Amino acid sequence: MSLHSSFTYRKAVDRGMAGLCAVFFALAFVPLISVLWLVISKGAAGLSWGFFTQLPKPVGEEGGGIGNALIGTLFMVGIACVAGLPLGVGAGIYLAEKGDGTFGSTVRFVAEVLSGVPSIVVGIVAYALVVKPMGHFSALAGGVALAILMIPTVARTTEELVRLVPGSLREASLALGVPNWKTSLRVIIRTAMGGIVTACLLAVARAAGETAPLIFTALNNQYWNVDPRAPTASLTVAIYNYAISPYDDWHAKAWTASLVLLIVVGLLNIASRYLTRSRLKGAR
Amino acid sequence: MAEAAGNLAVEAAEENRPGPGNVGDRVFNGTLWALGVMVLVVAGLIVLNLALVARPLAKEHSLWGFITSSEWNPVDDRYGALPFLYGTLVTSALSILMAVPVAIGLALFITQFAPAKLGRVLTIPVELLAAIPSVVYGLWGLFIVVPWLRESIQPWLGRHFGFLPLFQGPPIGLGFLAAGAILAVMILPTVVSVSVEVMKTTPEANREAALALGATKWEAVMLAVIPYSRAGILGAVLLGLGRALGETMAVTMVIGNSPRISASLFAAGYSLPAVIANEFAEAVSDVHIGALAGLGLILFATTFLLNAGARILVTAVQKGPSRISG
Repeated sequence: MSLHSSFTYRKAVDRGMAGLCAVFFALAFVPLISVLWLVISKGAAGLSWGFFTQLPKPVGEEGGGIGNALIGTLFMVGIACVAGLPLGVGAGIYLAEKGDGTFGSTVRFVAEVLSGVPSIVVGIVAYALVVKPMGHFSALAGGVALAILMIPTVARTTEELVRLVPGSLREASLALGVPNWKTSLRVIIRTAMGGIVTACLLAVARAAGETAPLIFTALNNQYWNVDPRAPTASLTVAIYNYAISPYDDWHAKAWTASLVLLIVVGLLNIASRYLTRSRLKGAR
Repeated sequence: MAEAAGNLAVEAAEENRPGPGNVGDRVFNGTLWALGVMVLVVAGLIVLNLALVARPLAKEHSLWGFITSSEWNPVDDRYGALPFLYGTLVTSALSILMAVPVAIGLALFITQFAPAKLGRVLTIPVELLAAIPSVVYGLWGLFIVVPWLRESIQPWLGRHFGFLPLFQGPPIGLGFLAAGAILAVMILPTVVSVSVEVMKTTPEANREAALALGATKWEAVMLAVIPYSRAGILGAVLLGLGRALGETMAVTMVIGNSPRISASLFAAGYSLPAVIANEFAEAVSDVHIGALAGLGLILFATTFLLNAGARILVTAVQKGPSRISG
């Protein structure tokens, strides 16, 4: 940028840097396409009805599935939703509606910082809260870990989306003599409902893909389980165990289970995107 | 009768009357406030429970001894965090070195160089990278990246840069380099999306002023965009670093899980989250569990501080310079 550099030189630098940035952009596609392609190409071969409905079989035996792991993931994410979503959504509404003071900023700051806490650390917390008092690993402990992970992220997304509701709606309602709380509940939150559902779907997608907080809370289980007090299998822990095993047919199962996981997470993300879009249209 | 009905009507009207005395408002505000407090309660629970589980360790080891000892031997109840701290630092630093230049270039492409018409479409690949679960990255790393490093990259690095201690030793694939490379991919979306956010806050007038004075697009970036968003980009890097430090599954699957300190990036190592993931379920003695929770506490404190710092930087940039000057 010095004065004596000629125009052609400066122009060339400009082109070069713009090109470099474009190359970096293209570079991001390499891992993305590689992951997606390998999961689809290596995973698709193992897809069958039995893969979704059967219990895992020992090494060497044909067939077997991840039915119990699917149920386990569903079960624990369900527990996490019951425990975590009301708290997360509530905190988000608090931040959007009343969170402009010093206390609100503190809560917002803590929620933001908590959403960056490693999930393995939350696993230790769930271990202390549930596994230790109960004396054994359980689906409940896994669900509690996922719930703790959900609260700060749901709170932040909910706040963001509730704040999108135009202030004129609130003013119109208050001008009609409707009290504040009814305005919040019946006007603001009802308008933001699509956004709140989006926040929940994203949190569910994230929770379904978590592994680290489950390995020493829910542990694993070779059989069907819907008892919250018993250890339970999950899709992600199944992928992990299959992947680090020394057997080729288990590796194949890891790829197929990954494909199933990616489909679940992908569908949840697409649903949330669709909901946000229709909600934003409504607000305009 | 008529009087009672009248009273009811008055009561109903009282209930609905807006203003400071409204009962519904008080209940509603109280409930919301309590829900907000719950976030702080969760934060408190995390700290309290980590400390409780880690307490048996404090009876056996001093904090300084725990951090500086490199012996990890659960059989004799001797615990030192150094190999794990080292592995976490090396892999995170590697990932930052690899990811940050790409991420900043990518963010500049999205905000400055790409046609504005494309808009949000450009961020889709980055969002997809962020949505892939970490165990899937681990699987990909274990079966694709590790063999690739072992057969192509590491022999090449060894041949041409083998005089550096960093690139010595047998190319086994698993190890610091593999973990760093996968972490780089995993933190890329975080750094890009936060960088894009802060770059977008640059006032258009600043950029146009540079362009009007004859600056090329790139010079406008260097004169207007980068100086304005510098602190926020640093925040984005810190957030990425926080993610790299705490990432568990993918690292566990490719770092080799051996508690040694080696200068070579080709060597197998260990990281804080990886050892917690591998040993927690099987740990029986209170001290062993305490030592693992102690590692978790170190991890929590570090990521908490990093995230807090990053948030302060990013918020300061988003609120604009008036905020910084008071």
